[in-house]
Amino acid sequence: MHVPDGFINAPVSAAAGVVAAGAVAVSLRGARRELDERTAPLAGLVAAFIFAVQMLNFPVAAGTSGHLLGGALAAILVGPYTGVLCVSVVLLMQGILFADGGLTALGVNITVMAVVTVVVAYALFRTLVKVLPKKRRSVTVSAFVAAVLSVPAAATAFTLVYAVGGTTDVPIGQVLTAMVGVHVLIGIGEAAITAATVGAVIAVRPDLVHGARGLTAPLKLRVGGELVDAPAAEPVPVAARSPRKVLLAGLAASLVLAGFVSFYASASPDGLEKVAADKGIDAKVEDHAAADSPLADYGVEGITDARLSGGLAGVIGVGVTVAAGTGVFWAVRKRRTSETSPATVPDVSA
Amino acid sequence: MGAGHAHKLYRHGHSPVHALPPHTKLAAVFAFVVVVVSTPREAVWAFALYAALLAGVASAARVPAGFVLKRLLIEIPFVAFAVLMPFVAQGERVEVLGLSLSVNGLWGAWNVLAKGTLGVAASVLLAATTELRELLLGLQRLRLPPLLVQIASFMIRYGDVITDEMRRMRIARESRGFEASGVRHWGVLAKSAGALFIRSYERGERVHLAMISRGYAGSMPVIDEVTATRTQWSYALALPATALCVCLLGWTL
Repeated sequence: MHVPDGFINAPVSAAAGVVAAGAVAVSLRGARRELDERTAPLAGLVAAFIFAVQMLNFPVAAGTSGHLLGGALAAILVGPYTGVLCVSVVLLMQGILFADGGLTALGVNITVMAVVTVVVAYALFRTLVKVLPKKRRSVTVSAFVAAVLSVPAAATAFTLVYAVGGTTDVPIGQVLTAMVGVHVLIGIGEAAITAATVGAVIAVRPDLVHGARGLTAPLKLRVGGELVDAPAAEPVPVAARSPRKVLLAGLAASLVLAGFVSFYASASPDGLEKVAADKGIDAKVEDHAAADSPLADYGVEGITDARLSGGLAGVIGVGVTVAAGTGVFWAVRKRRTSETSPATVPDVSA
Repeated sequence: MGAGHAHKLYRHGHSPVHALPPHTKLAAVFAFVVVVVSTPREAVWAFALYAALLAGVASAARVPAGFVLKRLLIEIPFVAFAVLMPFVAQGERVEVLGLSLSVNGLWGAWNVLAKGTLGVAASVLLAATTELRELLLGLQRLRLPPLLVQIASFMIRYGDVITDEMRRMRIARESRGFEASGVRHWGVLAKSAGALFIRSYERGERVHLAMISRGYAGSMPVIDEVTATRTQWSYALALPATALCVCLLGWTL
């Protein structure tokens, strides 16, 4: 699934590069919180693990075999931020060292394979783990569902990128069916292996599975033949992070709504769009979509384009809003925490 | 583990290309690929000139053509995709050898093949003339976040260790008569992957403790600072600059 150079036109590659850089920057901050100063060695080793596990072949039937993509696995095992980082580093190294995936397509590759896969998988996984009963089996089931959907989600994201900046006008519907069709199959394999691997880790070292935190049964002591809850309160740093999770989930939901749902919703023209089409307002939309990229002299078909530009506009709108909001939020918070942050530095040497 | 552990793509040599500082090479390759991607696909001759440019670099680096060509095989999956394009793309169609092909699809296939191949060839040349550690130093010089470079360097350093660990586990499985032949054996393989994760993670913790005990405080010391002189920069950037001229010609002609 590594996209080579020349597959996606230059402006869209650049835009994807900006998205990828932003995501990596956010994950660098987030990973510091997940792993504190152990980030470099641990994330590096986990990246090496993903790199190695991608080489582990799982025989499907006589002769054919598949391998793991690892996005969902990384998200569940080490958390979303570290997961994005690890998969991005693996992709970066594959691009530079092994010429696997083009250098200009690096942004597209990271956005599709690292960011979309990990975010979708983790969001689904956390939601399911919260909803399902607190058992070990539900972790495995959630891992399965998260992985099975993360791969087609990545394929859909790729199709979206292709629809905007593809260099050939293959009908988008066909690309979507082909990509999603193939990747649903891949996703099933990925899910089975991911679930089994998460199950294997959780059986031996449940504390290492980031996604299954909070599922450990409370420690019980047998006092005089009766089970009593142990008094030791576990320090739970997770609580401090919960608003961020809510934010992330909200962002993901709004992006999905803005991008995908509007993409489909507008397939049956609603009132406004019908009017727009009748009055020829939409011509402007099409014109704009072609004009904004100087290298794209190949427009996508009329209807798909109008639908798509709606979805895209939604995603961009959410993105801009969130970026502006986050900017304000960070500016305010930075002022507030600027006095406390130097105090944390001496902890590193302890 | 940096010295003596060159990656498989690296080809030891003392050519002028090998001697260039890594960040200039990285910048040059990246700029070159960007230029190639933004060339109009109708300018077929421009791509021939790009290929000639890369061939020039390869001969300056004394990398044999066979080496590069063998490495180009990595893009085969996408070649298959490109071959399909003329059949499924829309637009006016032409008859070639009795097959009805889309003109647009043919152009698209050519576009992907030409640009993809040039991109892969450029990356292969970069990897063939630059050592791993140098590449990482170069990335750092190019202002990649230091933490990201550290993660990448750990991944590279321990990549072989983890892969070997996986190989030992495979040998252990096989010496006990296990042979994975179908879906029924996924459980065993997944348990191996799980064990591999635990081992990798625990190794990461040990590495971190070892680093702490040697005075690590969040950043790696830079022992050999690589710098590039103006001449070296101009040597390295000669490639993308020439390519840019070709690209501009391609747009105007």
